[in-house]
Amino acid sequence: MKTMIKLSHIHKVFGDLHVLKDVNLEVGEGEKLVIIGPSGSGKSTTVRCMNFLEVPTSGKVFINGTEVTPKNRLKVIRENTSMVFQSFNLYPHLDVMHNLTLAPVKIHHKSEAEARELARHYLQVVGLENKANAYPAALSGGQQQRIAIARALCQQSKIMLFDEPTSALDPETIQEVLDVMVKLAEESNITMVVVTHEMGFARKVADRVVFMEDGRIIEEGTPDELFDHPKSERVKQFLGKILNH
Amino acid sequence: MFGNMFSARAWELVWSFRGTFLLGFWHTLLTSILAIAMSLALGLIFGLMSSGTKTSLKAVARVYVEFIQNTPLLLQICFLYYALSFSGHGIGILASGIISIGLYHGAYMSEVFRAGIQSIPKGQFESAEAQGFGYVGMMRYIILPQTVKVVLPPMTNQIVNLIKNTSVLYIIGGTDLISNTYSFVTGVNTGGAYGPAYLVCGALFFVMCYPLSRAATIWETSLKKRDQMSAAKE
Repeated sequence: MKTMIKLSHIHKVFGDLHVLKDVNLEVGEGEKLVIIGPSGSGKSTTVRCMNFLEVPTSGKVFINGTEVTPKNRLKVIRENTSMVFQSFNLYPHLDVMHNLTLAPVKIHHKSEAEARELARHYLQVVGLENKANAYPAALSGGQQQRIAIARALCQQSKIMLFDEPTSALDPETIQEVLDVMVKLAEESNITMVVVTHEMGFARKVADRVVFMEDGRIIEEGTPDELFDHPKSERVKQFLGKILNH
Repeated sequence: MFGNMFSARAWELVWSFRGTFLLGFWHTLLTSILAIAMSLALGLIFGLMSSGTKTSLKAVARVYVEFIQNTPLLLQICFLYYALSFSGHGIGILASGIISIGLYHGAYMSEVFRAGIQSIPKGQFESAEAQGFGYVGMMRYIILPQTVKVVLPPMTNQIVNLIKNTSVLYIIGGTDLISNTYSFVTGVNTGGAYGPAYLVCGALFFVMCYPLSRAATIWETSLKKRDQMSAAKE
């Protein structure tokens, strides 16, 4: 399997905080990787290092075979990655259609018509084709996040990064977002890295699950291995707390 | 108590010198338009510099803003006009006025833009970056359009203040509205018509400034309405 993402000896320091401590990780093409762990464990920072939203203090990031540097960052992002955020981050001054077509037109140099076609297609994928003319403020959290997923899909990237995509949602709307993500995971060959607390989702779609704590990867394995037969005490303890509440 | 201040003769005098007032009006308008353009351009550039991440650019913007904001406009216009004139590189009254007023309000505009840009949530910048937008594209398509709502009221204030501040042209012998009005009421043949002259001068300023404030308010209201409508459409 071709390696799409490779993190090599990544360290990240914010002031006095050593957030990532020698993180090494490879993600294969089409692989669905889920990162779990307690808050403050460095999961988000790890995924944000992948598209250089955080520049690692030391270590190397390779995307699709290319080493990412502050200089080629934009080019690598444009060609390879898209991201879905915890707080959606839709552009509030643009309606849904323009949220979706902005990057395809301005970055990927598609024609307006092509971009609209693309947008309509992905709106259908997330089940919101009737919201093309709505402004983000008029949508529920779950709908906004589905639009954000459609927007990321419109970039037609090989890699999609999800940074806690359901953490800011009402309990009732979490499922509609997870459903879309499950569909994507099952039907597309996109490489997905998902930081989440949704263990059911992880079990269902992950090819591999990574458990992080205190800036390190403590354990990784298939969902079966990690959820049913965790090796480390810490993972057992964490899962015990999460699954029994 | 006004005596003959508002006498028919005084009004007639103002009317017969209407050319003086119209010329002043025209010069004030011209100075204003060019100085507004300059202050907006400077404000945008220095506002972007001071809201960015480059420390050196931030420092340059800081020096400009602090230096201009903490010295009087009158001093700045005198310095520019007399210093250049006496060194033999005079650029004329109108150009001196436009440049010094543009520079002065540019510093205030810069703070208006800086505050506007800094009011946009960090997530918007990250979202743009994650989509592959470079600095220019991000600002042009994503950040600056969102600042309009925030920037509009203080920007209008600055523009109106700028128009009124064209009166500093008086100190370098300008022929703007205030200067011409003052020359008129203190002139040998025209003295005594203070009342009508100042009223007309005020009315002419009002005619320039009020439509601007109104237009800005209407624009702002329509932006707010769009937000409310979009929020209610669900």
